[in-house]
Amino acid sequence: MLLATTLVPLQAVAFGLVALGAPVVVLTRDPLRQALVNGVYGISLVCLFVVLEAPDPALSMLVVSGIGYPLVILAAIARVRGHERRKREKER
Amino acid sequence: MAVLGPALLGLGALFSWAIAGLPAFGDYRGPYGLVLNRVVVPLRHTTNVVMGTTFDVRGVDTMGEEFILYAAVIGVTLLLRDETRSRQAERRTRRLPSDAVRLLGVLMVGGGLLVGLWLMAFGYVTPGGGFQGGVLASGAILLLYVVGSHRDYRPFRDAHALDPLESLGAGGYVVVGLAALASGTAFLTNLFGLGTTGTLLSSGSIAVLNWASAIAVSCAMLLLFAEFLETYVVPLEPEDTAS
Repeated sequence: MLLATTLVPLQAVAFGLVALGAPVVVLTRDPLRQALVNGVYGISLVCLFVVLEAPDPALSMLVVSGIGYPLVILAAIARVRGHERRKREKER
Repeated sequence: MAVLGPALLGLGALFSWAIAGLPAFGDYRGPYGLVLNRVVVPLRHTTNVVMGTTFDVRGVDTMGEEFILYAAVIGVTLLLRDETRSRQAERRTRRLPSDAVRLLGVLMVGGGLLVGLWLMAFGYVTPGGGFQGGVLASGAILLLYVVGSHRDYRPFRDAHALDPLESLGAGGYVVVGLAALASGTAFLTNLFGLGTTGTLLSSGSIAVLNWASAIAVSCAMLLLFAEFLETYVVPLEPEDTAS
Protein backbone atom coordinates (compact mmCIF):
# COMPACT_ATOMS: atom_id res chain seq x y z
CA MET A 1 0.00 0.00 0.00
CA LEU A 2 1.55 3.23 -1.21
CA LEU A 3 0.61 6.50 0.44
CA ALA A 4 1.29 9.89 -1.11
CA THR A 5 3.66 11.85 1.10
CA THR A 6 4.15 15.02 -0.95
CA LEU A 7 1.67 17.59 -2.19
CA VAL A 8 1.60 17.44 -5.99
CA PRO A 9 0.89 20.75 -7.83
CA LEU A 10 -2.67 19.71 -8.78
CA GLN A 11 -3.52 19.05 -5.13
CA ALA A 12 -1.95 22.38 -4.14
CA VAL A 13 -4.16 24.17 -6.70
CA ALA A 14 -7.27 22.38 -5.41
CA PHE A 15 -6.41 23.33 -1.81
CA GLY A 16 -5.84 26.92 -2.97
CA LEU A 17 -9.26 27.09 -4.66
CA VAL A 18 -10.96 25.86 -1.47
CA ALA A 19 -9.01 28.38 0.64
CA LEU A 20 -10.03 31.20 -1.73
CA GLY A 21 -13.63 30.05 -2.06
CA ALA A 22 -14.46 29.91 1.64
CA PRO A 23 -14.00 33.66 2.33
CA VAL A 24 -15.90 34.48 -0.87
CA VAL A 25 -18.91 32.53 0.45
CA VAL A 26 -18.72 34.34 3.79
CA LEU A 27 -18.30 37.79 2.19
CA THR A 28 -21.33 37.37 -0.09
CA ARG A 29 -24.09 39.18 1.80
CA ASP A 30 -27.21 38.49 -0.27
CA PRO A 31 -28.54 35.06 0.85
CA LEU A 32 -29.82 34.10 -2.60
CA ARG A 33 -26.48 34.90 -4.21
CA GLN A 34 -24.70 33.20 -1.32
CA ALA A 35 -26.59 29.96 -2.03
CA LEU A 36 -25.24 30.04 -5.59
CA VAL A 37 -21.68 30.92 -4.54
CA ASN A 38 -21.82 28.14 -1.97
CA GLY A 39 -22.68 25.70 -4.77
CA VAL A 40 -19.57 26.78 -6.69
CA TYR A 41 -17.52 26.43 -3.50
CA GLY A 42 -18.95 22.90 -3.17
CA ILE A 43 -17.65 22.09 -6.64
CA SER A 44 -14.17 23.23 -5.57
CA LEU A 45 -14.38 20.82 -2.63
CA VAL A 46 -15.44 18.07 -5.04
CA CYS A 47 -12.32 18.80 -7.12
CA LEU A 48 -10.20 18.61 -3.95
CA PHE A 49 -11.65 15.21 -3.03
CA VAL A 50 -11.09 13.94 -6.56
CA VAL A 51 -7.42 14.96 -6.68
CA LEU A 52 -6.94 13.45 -3.20
CA GLU A 53 -8.19 10.16 -4.69
CA ALA A 54 -11.42 10.00 -2.67
CA PRO A 55 -14.22 9.48 -5.22
CA ASP A 56 -16.87 8.42 -2.70
CA PRO A 57 -16.77 11.60 -0.59
CA ALA A 58 -16.51 13.57 -3.85
CA LEU A 59 -19.81 12.09 -5.07
CA SER A 60 -21.46 12.70 -1.70
CA MET A 61 -20.21 16.29 -1.67
CA LEU A 62 -21.46 16.76 -5.23
CA VAL A 63 -25.04 15.69 -4.48
CA VAL A 64 -25.17 17.46 -1.11
CA SER A 65 -23.74 20.79 -2.26
CA GLY A 66 -25.38 20.64 -5.69
CA ILE A 67 -28.87 19.36 -4.92
CA GLY A 68 -29.68 18.98 -1.23
CA TYR A 69 -28.23 22.04 0.44
CA PRO A 70 -29.27 24.73 -2.11
CA LEU A 71 -32.86 23.49 -1.96
CA VAL A 72 -32.96 23.78 1.83
CA ILE A 73 -31.57 27.33 1.65
CA LEU A 74 -33.90 28.35 -1.21
CA ALA A 75 -36.92 27.10 0.72
CA ALA A 76 -35.82 29.03 3.80
CA ILE A 77 -35.21 32.22 1.79
CA ALA A 78 -38.57 31.93 0.02
CA ARG A 79 -40.40 31.49 3.28
CA VAL A 80 -38.64 34.39 5.06
CA ARG A 81 -39.11 36.76 2.11
CA GLY A 82 -42.75 35.80 1.77
CA HIS A 83 -43.32 36.63 5.45
CA GLU A 84 -41.46 39.94 5.16
CA ARG A 85 -43.42 40.96 2.08
CA ARG A 86 -46.74 40.17 3.68
CA LYS A 87 -45.74 42.12 6.79
CA ARG A 88 -44.83 45.14 4.64
CA GLU A 89 -48.14 44.95 2.81
CA LYS A 90 -50.04 44.90 6.07
CA GLU A 91 -48.21 48.01 7.27
CA ARG A 92 -49.14 49.90 4.11
CA MET B 1 -7.95 46.54 21.70
CA ALA B 2 -5.68 46.24 24.73
CA VAL B 3 -7.32 42.93 25.52
CA LEU B 4 -7.81 41.73 21.95
CA GLY B 5 -4.20 42.36 20.88
CA PRO B 6 -2.47 40.06 23.38
CA ALA B 7 -5.27 37.50 23.01
CA LEU B 8 -4.79 37.36 19.23
CA LEU B 9 -1.03 37.21 19.69
CA GLY B 10 -1.38 34.31 22.12
CA LEU B 11 -3.84 32.51 19.84
CA GLY B 12 -1.53 33.07 16.87
CA ALA B 13 1.42 31.64 18.76
CA LEU B 14 -0.52 28.59 19.92
CA PHE B 15 -1.96 28.10 16.42
CA SER B 16 1.49 28.25 14.78
CA TRP B 17 2.82 25.84 17.37
CA ALA B 18 -0.04 23.43 16.65
CA ILE B 19 0.44 23.70 12.86
CA ALA B 20 4.18 23.07 13.21
CA GLY B 21 3.47 19.88 15.14
CA LEU B 22 1.08 18.41 12.54
CA PRO B 23 2.08 15.16 10.84
CA ALA B 24 3.40 15.58 7.28
CA PHE B 25 0.97 15.64 4.35
CA GLY B 26 -0.22 12.14 3.51
CA ASP B 27 1.13 10.69 6.77
CA TYR B 28 -1.25 7.99 7.98
CA ARG B 29 -0.84 6.58 11.48
CA GLY B 30 -3.96 4.48 12.00
CA PRO B 31 -3.76 0.79 11.18
CA TYR B 32 -7.56 0.55 10.59
CA GLY B 33 -7.62 1.83 7.00
CA LEU B 34 -4.61 -0.23 5.97
CA VAL B 35 -6.15 -3.40 7.41
CA LEU B 36 -9.49 -2.72 5.69
CA ASN B 37 -7.75 -2.10 2.38
CA ARG B 38 -6.18 -5.53 2.64
CA VAL B 39 -9.08 -7.59 3.98
CA VAL B 40 -12.33 -6.13 2.58
CA VAL B 41 -11.95 -7.31 -1.03
CA PRO B 42 -11.12 -10.95 -0.23
CA LEU B 43 -13.53 -11.20 2.74
CA ARG B 44 -16.54 -9.32 1.41
CA HIS B 45 -16.14 -9.57 -2.39
CA THR B 46 -16.81 -5.87 -2.87
CA THR B 47 -14.37 -3.75 -4.88
CA ASN B 48 -15.52 -0.53 -3.17
CA VAL B 49 -13.75 -0.64 0.19
CA VAL B 50 -15.62 2.48 1.32
CA MET B 51 -18.92 0.65 0.89
CA GLY B 52 -17.52 -2.47 2.53
CA THR B 53 -16.77 -0.24 5.51
CA THR B 54 -20.02 1.74 5.64
CA PHE B 55 -22.42 -1.15 5.02
CA ASP B 56 -20.59 -4.03 6.65
CA VAL B 57 -17.77 -3.26 9.06
CA ARG B 58 -19.54 -0.11 10.27
CA GLY B 59 -23.04 -1.15 9.24
CA VAL B 60 -24.65 -0.02 12.50
CA ASP B 61 -23.32 3.54 12.04
CA THR B 62 -24.90 3.74 8.59
CA MET B 63 -28.19 2.49 9.98
CA GLY B 64 -28.08 5.35 12.47
CA GLU B 65 -27.35 7.83 9.69
CA GLU B 66 -30.30 6.52 7.71
CA PHE B 67 -32.59 7.17 10.65
CA ILE B 68 -31.13 10.67 11.06
CA LEU B 69 -32.35 11.42 7.52
CA TYR B 70 -35.66 9.75 8.33
CA ALA B 71 -36.07 11.91 11.44
CA ALA B 72 -35.08 15.03 9.48
CA VAL B 73 -37.81 14.39 6.91
CA ILE B 74 -40.37 13.90 9.66
CA GLY B 75 -39.23 17.15 11.25
CA VAL B 76 -39.46 19.13 8.01
CA THR B 77 -42.87 17.68 7.27
CA LEU B 78 -44.19 18.59 10.70
CA LEU B 79 -42.82 22.13 10.42
CA LEU B 80 -43.88 22.94 6.87
CA ARG B 81 -46.94 20.91 6.05
CA ASP B 82 -49.96 23.11 5.60
CA GLU B 83 -52.93 21.54 3.88
CA THR B 84 -54.69 24.72 2.77
CA ARG B 85 -51.64 25.91 0.88
CA SER B 86 -50.89 22.78 -1.07
CA ARG B 87 -54.20 23.02 -2.88
CA GLN B 88 -53.45 26.56 -3.94
CA ALA B 89 -50.13 25.54 -5.41
CA GLU B 90 -51.75 22.88 -7.57
CA ARG B 91 -53.76 25.44 -9.44
CA ARG B 92 -50.83 27.24 -10.95
CA THR B 93 -49.58 25.79 -14.22
CA ARG B 94 -46.79 27.41 -16.09
CA ARG B 95 -44.62 26.51 -19.03
CA LEU B 96 -41.03 27.42 -19.74
CA PRO B 97 -41.00 29.93 -22.58
CA SER B 98 -38.12 28.39 -24.56
CA ASP B 99 -38.41 25.00 -26.27
CA ALA B 100 -34.63 24.66 -26.29
CA VAL B 101 -34.46 25.03 -22.50
CA ARG B 102 -37.26 22.50 -22.08
CA LEU B 103 -35.53 20.02 -24.37
CA LEU B 104 -32.26 20.42 -22.47
CA GLY B 105 -34.17 20.00 -19.22
CA VAL B 106 -35.86 16.81 -20.38
CA LEU B 107 -32.51 15.40 -21.47
CA MET B 108 -31.09 16.28 -18.05
CA VAL B 109 -33.99 14.51 -16.33
CA GLY B 110 -33.24 11.32 -18.29
CA GLY B 111 -29.48 11.60 -17.92
CA GLY B 112 -29.61 12.41 -14.23
CA LEU B 113 -32.00 9.57 -13.50
CA LEU B 114 -29.80 7.12 -15.41
CA VAL B 115 -26.60 8.21 -13.67
CA GLY B 116 -28.42 8.07 -10.32
CA LEU B 117 -29.60 4.52 -10.94
CA TRP B 118 -26.12 3.54 -12.09
CA LEU B 119 -24.58 4.97 -8.91
CA MET B 120 -27.07 2.98 -6.81
CA ALA B 121 -26.68 -0.28 -8.71
CA PHE B 122 -22.88 -0.30 -8.94
CA GLY B 123 -22.24 1.21 -5.51
CA TYR B 124 -20.43 -1.87 -4.27
CA VAL B 125 -18.36 -2.29 -7.44
CA THR B 126 -17.32 1.30 -8.26
CA PRO B 127 -17.53 4.56 -6.26
CA GLY B 128 -21.07 5.63 -5.47
CA GLY B 129 -23.87 3.97 -3.59
CA GLY B 130 -27.40 4.34 -2.33
CA PHE B 131 -27.02 7.80 -0.83
CA GLN B 132 -25.34 9.51 -3.76
CA GLY B 133 -27.49 7.73 -6.35
CA GLY B 134 -30.67 8.38 -4.39
CA VAL B 135 -30.08 12.11 -4.07
CA LEU B 136 -29.09 12.42 -7.73
CA ALA B 137 -32.08 10.42 -9.01
CA SER B 138 -34.54 12.40 -6.90
CA GLY B 139 -32.87 15.63 -8.01
CA ALA B 140 -33.36 14.57 -11.62
CA ILE B 141 -37.04 13.90 -10.91
CA LEU B 142 -37.31 17.35 -9.35
CA LEU B 143 -36.09 18.81 -12.66
CA LEU B 144 -39.27 17.39 -14.16
CA TYR B 145 -41.12 19.95 -12.09
CA VAL B 146 -38.94 22.74 -13.50
CA VAL B 147 -39.28 21.77 -17.16
CA GLY B 148 -42.79 20.34 -16.97
CA SER B 149 -45.76 21.31 -14.89
CA HIS B 150 -47.37 20.49 -11.56
CA ARG B 151 -49.31 17.74 -13.25
CA ASP B 152 -46.18 15.98 -14.56
CA TYR B 153 -44.64 16.11 -11.12
CA ARG B 154 -47.71 15.25 -9.04
CA PRO B 155 -46.99 11.47 -8.71
CA PHE B 156 -43.60 12.28 -7.17
CA ARG B 157 -44.98 14.50 -4.42
CA ASP B 158 -47.63 12.05 -3.29
CA ALA B 159 -46.84 11.41 0.36
CA HIS B 160 -49.27 8.47 0.51
CA ALA B 161 -47.06 6.57 -1.94
CA LEU B 162 -43.69 7.88 -0.73
CA ASP B 163 -44.13 7.39 3.02
CA PRO B 164 -44.50 3.58 2.89
CA LEU B 165 -41.66 3.30 0.36
CA GLU B 166 -39.32 5.31 2.56
CA SER B 167 -40.25 3.20 5.55
CA LEU B 168 -39.65 0.08 3.45
CA GLY B 169 -36.11 1.27 2.71
CA ALA B 170 -35.30 2.31 6.27
CA GLY B 171 -37.02 -0.73 7.78
CA GLY B 172 -35.46 -3.10 5.24
CA TYR B 173 -32.03 -2.19 6.55
CA VAL B 174 -33.05 -3.17 10.08
CA VAL B 175 -34.73 -6.36 8.85
CA VAL B 176 -31.49 -7.50 7.17
CA GLY B 177 -29.69 -6.87 10.45
CA LEU B 178 -32.32 -8.74 12.45
CA ALA B 179 -32.25 -11.64 9.99
CA ALA B 180 -28.59 -12.12 10.87
CA LEU B 181 -29.48 -11.94 14.56
CA ALA B 182 -32.25 -14.53 14.08
CA SER B 183 -29.87 -16.92 12.34
CA GLY B 184 -27.69 -16.98 15.44
CA THR B 185 -24.91 -14.53 14.50
CA ALA B 186 -24.30 -10.89 15.37
CA PHE B 187 -26.56 -8.04 14.19
CA LEU B 188 -25.88 -7.13 10.52
CA THR B 189 -23.51 -10.04 9.89
CA ASN B 190 -23.07 -10.57 6.15
CA LEU B 191 -25.50 -13.45 5.49
CA PHE B 192 -26.09 -13.84 1.80
CA GLY B 193 -23.83 -15.52 -0.74
CA LEU B 194 -20.80 -13.40 -1.50
CA GLY B 195 -20.79 -14.04 -5.27
CA THR B 196 -18.10 -13.07 -7.76
CA THR B 197 -15.94 -10.05 -6.93
CA GLY B 198 -16.43 -7.14 -9.34
CA THR B 199 -19.89 -8.10 -10.59
CA LEU B 200 -23.39 -6.98 -9.62
CA LEU B 201 -23.89 -10.38 -7.97
CA SER B 202 -21.34 -9.82 -5.26
CA SER B 203 -20.81 -8.61 -1.68
CA GLY B 204 -23.80 -10.42 -0.09
CA SER B 205 -25.75 -8.30 2.40
CA ILE B 206 -24.00 -5.12 1.27
CA ALA B 207 -25.93 -5.17 -2.02
CA VAL B 208 -29.26 -5.56 -0.22
CA LEU B 209 -28.45 -2.86 2.35
CA ASN B 210 -27.30 -0.57 -0.47
CA TRP B 211 -30.64 -0.91 -2.27
CA ALA B 212 -32.56 -0.44 0.97
CA SER B 213 -30.76 2.83 1.65
CA ALA B 214 -31.13 3.87 -2.02
CA ILE B 215 -34.92 3.54 -1.74
CA ALA B 216 -35.00 5.27 1.65
CA VAL B 217 -32.83 8.19 0.49
CA SER B 218 -34.67 8.68 -2.82
CA CYS B 219 -38.06 8.78 -1.12
CA ALA B 220 -36.76 10.96 1.72
CA MET B 221 -35.43 13.53 -0.76
CA LEU B 222 -38.66 13.48 -2.79
CA LEU B 223 -40.66 14.04 0.40
CA LEU B 224 -38.38 16.95 1.30
CA PHE B 225 -38.77 18.44 -2.18
CA ALA B 226 -42.54 18.14 -1.95
CA GLU B 227 -42.57 20.09 1.31
CA PHE B 228 -40.11 22.69 0.00
CA LEU B 229 -42.12 23.20 -3.19
CA GLU B 230 -45.22 23.92 -1.18
CA THR B 231 -43.21 26.39 0.86
CA TYR B 232 -41.57 28.31 -1.91
CA VAL B 233 -44.09 28.17 -4.65
CA VAL B 234 -46.98 29.52 -2.62
CA PRO B 235 -45.43 32.69 -1.13
CA LEU B 236 -44.52 33.81 -4.66
CA GLU B 237 -48.10 33.88 -5.91
CA PRO B 238 -50.25 35.46 -6.97
CA GLU B 239 -49.44 39.00 -5.82
CA ASP B 240 -45.68 38.49 -5.56
CA THR B 241 -45.06 37.32 -9.12
CA ALA B 242 -46.28 40.68 -10.43
CA SER B 243 -43.72 42.76 -8.51
